[in-house]
Amino acid sequence: MNFLEAKKVVKKFANHTALDKVDMEVPENSIYGLLGPNGAGKTTLIRIINQITGPDEGEILFNGRPLQPDDVHHIGYLPEERGLYKKMKVGEQALYLARLKGLTKNDALKKLKYWFEKFEIQEWWDKKVEELSKGMQQKIQFVVTILHEPKLLIFDEPFSGFDPINTNLLKEEILKLKEKGATILFSTHNMESVEELCDHITLINNSKTILHGAVDQIKQNFKDNIVELTFTGDESLLRSKLTEPFSLRNTINLNSHTKAFIELGDTGNINQLLKTLVNDIEINGLTELLPSMNDIFIKVVNESNQTGPADAIHA
Amino acid sequence: MSKIGLIITREYTTRVKKKSFIVMSIIGPLLFAAMFVLPAWLSSMGTTSKKHIAVIDETNKYDNVITDTESLKFTMLQSDKEQKIRSEYKDMGYDAYVVISDDLLKDPDAIKIYSDAPVTIDMKQHIKRDFEKYLEKEKLESFNIDGLDNIISNINNTTVHISTIKLGEHGSEEESSTELTMIVAIVFAMLIYFFVLMYGTQVMRGVVEEKTNRIIEVIISSVKPFQLMMGKIIGIAMVALTQFLLWVVFTIIIITGIKFALFPNGEMPTRMDDQIEMVQASGGQNANVAQNSDFADEFTKIMKKANSLDLLGSVLAFFFFFIGGYLLYAGLYAAVGAVIDNETDSQQFVMPIIMPLILSIYIAMVAFRAPDSDIAFWFSMIPFTSPIVMMARIPFQIPTWQVILSMAILVASFIFTTWFAGRIYRTGILMYGKKVTYKEIWKWFRYSGK
Repeated sequence: MNFLEAKKVVKKFANHTALDKVDMEVPENSIYGLLGPNGAGKTTLIRIINQITGPDEGEILFNGRPLQPDDVHHIGYLPEERGLYKKMKVGEQALYLARLKGLTKNDALKKLKYWFEKFEIQEWWDKKVEELSKGMQQKIQFVVTILHEPKLLIFDEPFSGFDPINTNLLKEEILKLKEKGATILFSTHNMESVEELCDHITLINNSKTILHGAVDQIKQNFKDNIVELTFTGDESLLRSKLTEPFSLRNTINLNSHTKAFIELGDTGNINQLLKTLVNDIEINGLTELLPSMNDIFIKVVNESNQTGPADAIHA
Repeated sequence: MSKIGLIITREYTTRVKKKSFIVMSIIGPLLFAAMFVLPAWLSSMGTTSKKHIAVIDETNKYDNVITDTESLKFTMLQSDKEQKIRSEYKDMGYDAYVVISDDLLKDPDAIKIYSDAPVTIDMKQHIKRDFEKYLEKEKLESFNIDGLDNIISNINNTTVHISTIKLGEHGSEEESSTELTMIVAIVFAMLIYFFVLMYGTQVMRGVVEEKTNRIIEVIISSVKPFQLMMGKIIGIAMVALTQFLLWVVFTIIIITGIKFALFPNGEMPTRMDDQIEMVQASGGQNANVAQNSDFADEFTKIMKKANSLDLLGSVLAFFFFFIGGYLLYAGLYAAVGAVIDNETDSQQFVMPIIMPLILSIYIAMVAFRAPDSDIAFWFSMIPFTSPIVMMARIPFQIPTWQVILSMAILVASFIFTTWFAGRIYRTGILMYGKKVTYKEIWKWFRYSGK
């Protein structure tokens, strides 16, 4: 079941269209990547989901029904442009932000105590925010975002400003939140973390969806059907054995063995390839080469920029 | 607690806890007190040095016309010494010298004061007054009237004290004072001007702070932008009212303090009686040497007069017009804060807001001299100037329908400006790093309507 759906959402600003009939289906309890180049319209879509602005056309379904004002209590939002009141004390401020999300004072205090202990930041409670480093402030911000145990979490570039240790800590927490049942919408330019965390993605470019689907499926769709074969034996023998539909791209000679990159062609598959080769050369390993999300992102966005908007590719 | 309540509480507590607020609360009343005490103190400093002035009378007619005072000593010199005096008056211990070259009845310009330092008005006035009195007498004497001395002393004893009696609603008569009313009027008008300017700017700063801190998006994912704006405006209004109440309380404490200092032992070290004389309707005599008991009397009088003014009415009206005027401007200040990225850019947008405020102060100056004039009336109806101009008129007991009409217009107007500002605000707060023009703002305004 989809926990969050965007249906043909259109948002126009005075001089340009930020979102042009964008659809998105976020399955419940998944980590969903919202990708796209700068200025594609991601932040606008996120702001519409947060009811910071409203769509001109289309609608957002939250948990199967149209989005309502009180739903903000079930959403945790960590915006890209984020900050805290510099002159306010950490504890006071966390309490204030938590209560704005609808928690009672006692609930908020109890939960804050838990998270401050967990992150070992209790001694920051009475410090002013301006006394903390940027990374420390980001931690507080993260705690405040998830404190009210929202069913939907929206992270816009969550890792910017974190050092590798804290980035890891954050990733772990995000995965734990998913285990606990939260649905997570995740907007980032960091494709590594997309591959690491996301189950599904939507790619927006120039206000339109140009690609969406499950990450595994997308990779399958964009693969070039190339395998990397590591073997010991005669390279010319390999060459002679590879006939239609297979073809050899190139080889790399290493000390004891050789790496060959083989195109499977339209009809070939790995089993056939193995059958063809298994009697003649000694096979050390065989891996299917899948494109990285980074490659796919660049490829799809460039194509869409050249050819103009086409129908979204569904994987 | 509702969300807007939470916002109001935050805006209020963070500001009230600030050192600057506490300092202002204490310094405000002290400044008021200083306004009374300082001039007295300074003038008492000024009288310590005595000035010697030489008088050269070439006509030999005006011997001992000029009397000495506490700070001025006059010495008549032979007229033939003029040349010597001209060059050596300083060495001879004089600060200035006066030359009378002809009969002043024939030539009123025949008297001159020479000095290398500027001549004080007090000194000039003193000499002028003495001569005028003397010449008047001389003229009268030329008519050769019998018993002239008696007549003159009789004439000099004539004084008129005009008391203004305000007729109360129940036919009761109370003593009131036009001058005191004027002071009350202008103080209230200035207070509104000051509070609207100061706390309006605070609203703007608050909005800019949220923008530059980048906390704005976090907050408006929990509350509506309009709630945030209103919470801030109301929270800061409560800070302003707290400040005002503290000032009232402290001022009352200071006044009571003066009362206690006066009546038990009768000691009053300042020239306060001069101030009282100023506000008193009588054409009072020179009161440089005031009796302590006189001061106590005057103090009682002034308190009585203050009581007869409709102070309670003025204070209630003050609260209304302060809140109304503040709300009218605060929304606009919030919109400006939303439009700009940092305070240094605020100038071009703040100017149009401040202009009517400054204009109202000028109109108020007219209004409290002529509270029923057309200009006072119309500007006390125009909402952008009405809070200040109306406060300058209210102590003069203007018709009630005018007050009510002005209030109604003000309420309608602040609802409009708040709505107008809200639309600009909710677009502006999400715009970072953009140079904004008026044209752009108009676009936002229209856009938000969709």
